[in-house]
Amino acid sequence: MVRDGDTVALEGFTHLIPFAAGHEIIRQRRRNLTLIRMTPDLIYDQLIGAGCAAKLVFSWGGNPGVGSLHRLRDAVENDWPAPLALEEHAHAGMAAAYAAGASHLPFGVLRGYLGTDLPKYNPKIKFIECPFTGEKLAAVPAHRPDVTVVHAQKADRKGNVLMWGVVGVQKEAVLAAKRSIVTVEEIVDRLDAPPNAVVLPSWVVGAVCAVKGGAFPSYAQGYYPRNNAFYKQWDGIAREREGFQQWIERHVMGTKDFDGFQRSLEAAVKHA
Amino acid sequence: MPDAGYSSDEMMTIAAARMIRNGASLFVGIGLPSAAANLARLTHAPETVLIYESGTIGTKPSVLPLSIGDGELSETAESVVSVPEMFAYWLQGGRIDLGFLGAAQIDRFANINTTVIGDYRKPSTRLPGAGGAPEIAASCKEVLIALRHNKRAFVNKLDFLTSSGHMEGGDSRERMKLPGKGPTAVITDLGILTPDPVTRELTLTSLHPGVTAEKVVESTGWPLKVAPKLETTAPPSETELRVLRDLNERTKRAHAGQA
Repeated sequence: MVRDGDTVALEGFTHLIPFAAGHEIIRQRRRNLTLIRMTPDLIYDQLIGAGCAAKLVFSWGGNPGVGSLHRLRDAVENDWPAPLALEEHAHAGMAAAYAAGASHLPFGVLRGYLGTDLPKYNPKIKFIECPFTGEKLAAVPAHRPDVTVVHAQKADRKGNVLMWGVVGVQKEAVLAAKRSIVTVEEIVDRLDAPPNAVVLPSWVVGAVCAVKGGAFPSYAQGYYPRNNAFYKQWDGIAREREGFQQWIERHVMGTKDFDGFQRSLEAAVKHA
Repeated sequence: MPDAGYSSDEMMTIAAARMIRNGASLFVGIGLPSAAANLARLTHAPETVLIYESGTIGTKPSVLPLSIGDGELSETAESVVSVPEMFAYWLQGGRIDLGFLGAAQIDRFANINTTVIGDYRKPSTRLPGAGGAPEIAASCKEVLIALRHNKRAFVNKLDFLTSSGHMEGGDSRERMKLPGKGPTAVITDLGILTPDPVTRELTLTSLHPGVTAEKVVESTGWPLKVAPKLETTAPPSETELRVLRDLNERTKRAHAGQA
């Protein structure tokens, strides 16, 4: 469902990041993608380093609590493996753009960006005057990805999706997209969703796919914790081009699916 | 300060924690702000409402989170809301007392840069970027900033203005109609700087024990104003040091382990 040249959002705010789907995009050698994500995280560091991306739309590009995303930095600072165009926002602007996308409104409005240099470098950030009060507000065009991919805890057999915990902008990102894919920890007979839980009904979801552990090294609340040790280790793996390429070749390109990836990582740890 | 019995980073974290009043709602960034906020909650300010931009409100982590959305934060939160709700209803809605930020660069009016060093289009160092900071700096009622004090950080001119402080000083922030009061203190490993009430220029008002005003001036990239009556920051108490070190030790253990 992801094609070369598509605008793709793989969302999940620290929690439920769809790593398995990201790896599959790398395996299928998709190219020229515009990647949207609030926090690129390791998942986009991998996609960028593997040469899948032409443009990044984002608001915070670091390895949380650890430091830089070295592949993102290498692309921006040295055009490696390819030049990467940036469309840079703040979190509040990204959130407003997704909410507008979900509403099928042309733009999102926020009390933001006042005094900052971001609008000088991102022509999509404009200022408007409130027609009622005259207040100066920021406007950003809606995000309308060709494809959004998110990971969730569970789905039932009809394809209704349930997620809880830190739910980020996943619901908005799915509703904003033309097509959507949800990977889940498990498919169950009954969702047993409490009222007000985030349920994406099957008729707004394009496809559901069970991938146990598919958010590793991020986490799935109720299933497994965030692997903070891996996030720290990534700093060393991705720091140099060669080390990164070897890692991608061995653990992603050299495996058939996410199960294979996890087995490959485990084998590497045992031999270390 | 080789024999003080604490490090300058510990002094910075503890001095920052003391600025947090009990009961305040606090929008917390990762790193030093998170350490200081949790230290405050575990010492003099148990009723502090900690809010992280992942949507966790009133969270009480037992170890410091590595990321802004660790499971520890949502499991101990009073409420978890979506990110659009967090930024729209809670932050832009003006409900948060205190924002707490770090920075790579700061200027004399406490405007900060977390975006790039060098030219934006051809940076020498690409930093993570804005995240929640611009709207935290704009909309929280007050803002605290904490960072290490040296000439690379305390610059005469920012390479990029990511988040607004007091703009060009004087009443320029009010004229721009930014909702919150802006930065009220900058806490470093050398001392505390506060904006002049009229010009809004950062002024050295407190020195940490063992630090000289000359050292702070030398570590600042503009001619730093020094208050005529300089205070000395109280050294860390035994309790503050113990609680901070326990917290760091628990955190280290929790984040170690096999990848």
